[in-house]
Amino acid sequence: MPYKHIEISMGPQHPSTHGVLQLKVTADNEVVLNVEPVIGYLHRGMEKLWEHRTYPQIVPLTDRLDYLGAVLNNLGYVLAVEKLAGIEVPKRAQYIRVILAELQRVASHLAWIGFNANDIGAMSVLLYGFIEREGLLDLFEEYCGARLTVHGLRIGGVPHDLTPKVCELIRGVVTSVPRRLADIEALLSENRIWKHRTVGIGRIAPAEAIQYGLTGPALRAAGVRWDIRKNIPYSSYEDFDFDVPLGTHSDVYDRYLVRMAEMRQSLRIITQALDRLPAGEVRAKVPRLLKIPPGEVFLSVEAAKGELGFYIKSNGTDKPERVKMKAPSFINMQCFEKMCQGHLIADLVAILGSLDIVLGEIDK
Amino acid sequence: MSVATIDHPALQAVLDALAARFNDRLLETRFEKGELSVRVARGDLRPVLAFLRNEQGFNALNDIIGLDNANAPVAGRPRFSVLYQLYKFPDALRLRVVTDAAEDEPLPSITGLYKSADWAEREIFDMFGLRFEGHPGLTRIYLGDDFKGHPLRKEFPLAGE
Repeated sequence: MPYKHIEISMGPQHPSTHGVLQLKVTADNEVVLNVEPVIGYLHRGMEKLWEHRTYPQIVPLTDRLDYLGAVLNNLGYVLAVEKLAGIEVPKRAQYIRVILAELQRVASHLAWIGFNANDIGAMSVLLYGFIEREGLLDLFEEYCGARLTVHGLRIGGVPHDLTPKVCELIRGVVTSVPRRLADIEALLSENRIWKHRTVGIGRIAPAEAIQYGLTGPALRAAGVRWDIRKNIPYSSYEDFDFDVPLGTHSDVYDRYLVRMAEMRQSLRIITQALDRLPAGEVRAKVPRLLKIPPGEVFLSVEAAKGELGFYIKSNGTDKPERVKMKAPSFINMQCFEKMCQGHLIADLVAILGSLDIVLGEIDK
Repeated sequence: MSVATIDHPALQAVLDALAARFNDRLLETRFEKGELSVRVARGDLRPVLAFLRNEQGFNALNDIIGLDNANAPVAGRPRFSVLYQLYKFPDALRLRVVTDAAEDEPLPSITGLYKSADWAEREIFDMFGLRFEGHPGLTRIYLGDDFKGHPLRKEFPLAGE
């Protein structure tokens, strides 16, 4: 019989894609030769819409990009606007932003471990991860009334000061999350099936990862020390003592180890910020009708998925001339094909999960 | 062109090296809010980026940004601008290289220099209709192949046709 490659279409409704993503897979029996991701199913024309909205109106729209990391999107955008407009943010607001951003990172990573493990077949991890994430969402609800698309930051600061109730909830999360992480690690770290599915899977060399523009935990799992919070600190991150966890093997397992360690570092940052919260205002005086003189700015923050960049060009009116978002998932997705080549079809879901993509920000 | 003096020693060194190599082919240099941007002609884009990558260590491409200047045209300059946001790792240096193109003027693809340029160039093709010569597969990335128009052009209506 003549030899033939198999073409498989995964998605756009495949459960492992967490959104709508199609993967056109060419395989030699079970071995993946190449993968072509087809994106755009969730394209909402965000960048076009932003050109028709005022600067403050755009903040809640950024929530809808990476919907598991709303505060981190807010942060990237408001920092870019503030740099462009020359707005000085009060120190207390900067610290509260750091607390909210790190809580959001933990919530996002907890969702990731749940999905990644569930895709590989370890369903209880999903449930444990989501129980803990629930506490974080309750915290956000207490802080600003919303759970997922929280609109948690404002241009010039944050909408509310931390109430004693919120501080209490934060302290509670800081003690409960490590216990849950230990539970998850007990289930996975030395689990033979988990290791069999993740060790040595989806490797990429550090130099190649940089060439492809890979950022975030996936790049750090390759042993590259690149964390915007350390390299180009923003919002007072330089005030806090934390480590940047690195991997060595650049495989799915190391990405797991890096993110688990990152959550603990996030909790360290939150504790420090809460202990040393400066007194003062939580929001700078920003005119209700914010007009920004012509100029341009590019700024990036360390979001849960990687480096989130915003380019904003102003034209003197209250609406931007152009806003371009550099979504970490969009760039990381490009690496996916490279990571999959030579692995089995079943490994695709493990690798995709380890990249922690969100289609909301890939498609914009 | 005389080299501008900027308040950033590391970027100044890059700028000096660029000026020494390309001299009057650097059309404009701007240093605002701590960000350096250098404008070059379309034809010089690839040599300038290759020089920055190979000899100045700008090993990562953050993003490629398309701009439609239809609402604020500059005399003598084509309608579209394309911005290449470079990053030097691990020195945490950023640099923006800007070039301009009219609708029917193809830009050189830089996928040979930075692999992350692949999807970014496809996105600009999709959103602005600019072409990149030498791109391995320049097709729309978000919208369907049968879609008419390029949404981020200023004349494209917000609510579609």
